[in-house]
Amino acid sequence: MSGAARERISKGLLFAAGLPLLLFLLIPLATLLGYFSPGEISRQFDEPETSQALLLSVKTSLLSTLIVLLAGTPVAYLISRRRSRGVRLLSVLIDLPTILPPAVAGLTLLLAFGRMGFIGRWFDKLGIEIAFTATAVVLAQIFVSAPYYIKSAAIGMSSVSAEMEQSAALDGATFFQRFRYIVLPLSARSILTGAALCWARALGEFGATILFAGNNPGRTQTMPLAIYIGFERNMEQALTLSLILLALSFSILLAVHALINRNSLPPE
Amino acid sequence: MRKFVLLAFGTLLVLALGSGCGGAAKKSGESDQDTPAARESRTLTVFAAASLTDAFKELGKKFEAAHPGVTINFNFGASNQLRAQLEQGASADVFASANKKEIDAALGSKLAESADVRLFAWNRLVVLYPKANPAHLGTLQDLAKPKLKLIVADKAVPVGKYTLEMLDKAAADPALGAEFKSAVLANIVSREENVKAVVAKVALGEADAGIAYVSDLSGKDGEKLGRITIADALNLMAEYPLTVLAKSAQKDLAGQFVDFVLSPEGKAVLRAQGFLTEPAGK
Repeated sequence: MSGAARERISKGLLFAAGLPLLLFLLIPLATLLGYFSPGEISRQFDEPETSQALLLSVKTSLLSTLIVLLAGTPVAYLISRRRSRGVRLLSVLIDLPTILPPAVAGLTLLLAFGRMGFIGRWFDKLGIEIAFTATAVVLAQIFVSAPYYIKSAAIGMSSVSAEMEQSAALDGATFFQRFRYIVLPLSARSILTGAALCWARALGEFGATILFAGNNPGRTQTMPLAIYIGFERNMEQALTLSLILLALSFSILLAVHALINRNSLPPE
Repeated sequence: MRKFVLLAFGTLLVLALGSGCGGAAKKSGESDQDTPAARESRTLTVFAAASLTDAFKELGKKFEAAHPGVTINFNFGASNQLRAQLEQGASADVFASANKKEIDAALGSKLAESADVRLFAWNRLVVLYPKANPAHLGTLQDLAKPKLKLIVADKAVPVGKYTLEMLDKAAADPALGAEFKSAVLANIVSREENVKAVVAKVALGEADAGIAYVSDLSGKDGEKLGRITIADALNLMAEYPLTVLAKSAQKDLAGQFVDFVLSPEGKAVLRAQGFLTEPAGK
């Protein structure tokens, strides 16, 4: 048997081995697509709950992503530059929310920021309510999605060589100039990728939200919550929102992949 | 790589088109329950309304003790959620709902026979508040206090629907009126997906008040909660029907469980958990 033929057979076998999982992952999504009907979608948009949930989801997830970008970038830089044991432990801890069951995240947020919580009670004294408000929705989203951004941005920043920064420093560049003109542009791709993943995760956040922010149509009921409640009451609404979420998440992932594969940006 | 992606998309498309048809579930073969070994260890699956959690766990223990080898698996959730799960093919032997509506829907979907449906418990609504009573609640009228944080169940859930019906009655009552209803609705900070979530969040002290069932005060959160009784004229009588499910492979055992729930011993357990076992007061 020729080498090429053997190669082809091996590849075929590899594909056959991967097919069951591939089908398993794709079939449920395909089933959902089977329910696609433009008429039903436009009819659902006449229901205030559907459009409210969509609007709230888009608003809160964009706000969460913005906050994560602003507050997470310094954290990512810190992790990318310091190699001490403490920082390494910190980066493990930051990853925790990504594998923590969302219900646990919601419970811890409620216990910390609820009005009986050890932080929340001080806010309560100031008259600031957190639990069961849109603020809680955003906090829940930040909690579960920030690690995705920090992780991605830190990987990008750590590939910017320290020597490059040092030589710029020798030439008199201030810390902020170095950060602005060297670190940020060179890790732009990782930063954008991280931000997109963070946004997609925030958009899909459910478990922490329903526990911590509650389910209040128009105020805290995001799309995933409306889908969960809709499954029991209004299956058409649940399906419509599921299709929209699927389309949004898929677009975000496509954008991420396009970013990763783009060659015009400087290599990392 | 591109070919692979195309292939994946092609598969997706074919599946999408194919998902409309087909899907008829295969009839599972006759179970081998006639062998002695299978009879010795049998599992009964009971879907029950979340408000029944404590009562049914207790009933389940007693039933298991009386029927060696039988294990009862409970799935507690909002009645509407359970009914939706059953309609989507979840397999269970018994379904106990917190309202007739979900049982009627189950009958409509041929999940059960109307001859099998039996009412076994009744329940009333009550206002709960954390023991510390942060909003200084004393009467039902206080639910209209401005900026009160009230947690109720979503209207998809039986208790949530009863809550709205209670508010409608209150709106028609000259002593409370329509302003009372709208003020209470404005105070709602969350509509939970089942009654136990309402009770848990109020017990944590995160809300000033919640509306749940009288029986919920008999649960383990009861000691953390205070109550305001809702007058019979405004209150509703929640009815709990249960039924053996048509697809149950062990209708005899399922029927025995139903009979046990309705037996004097079963009723005593229900009463101890705060349920009424007769439609009193109506």
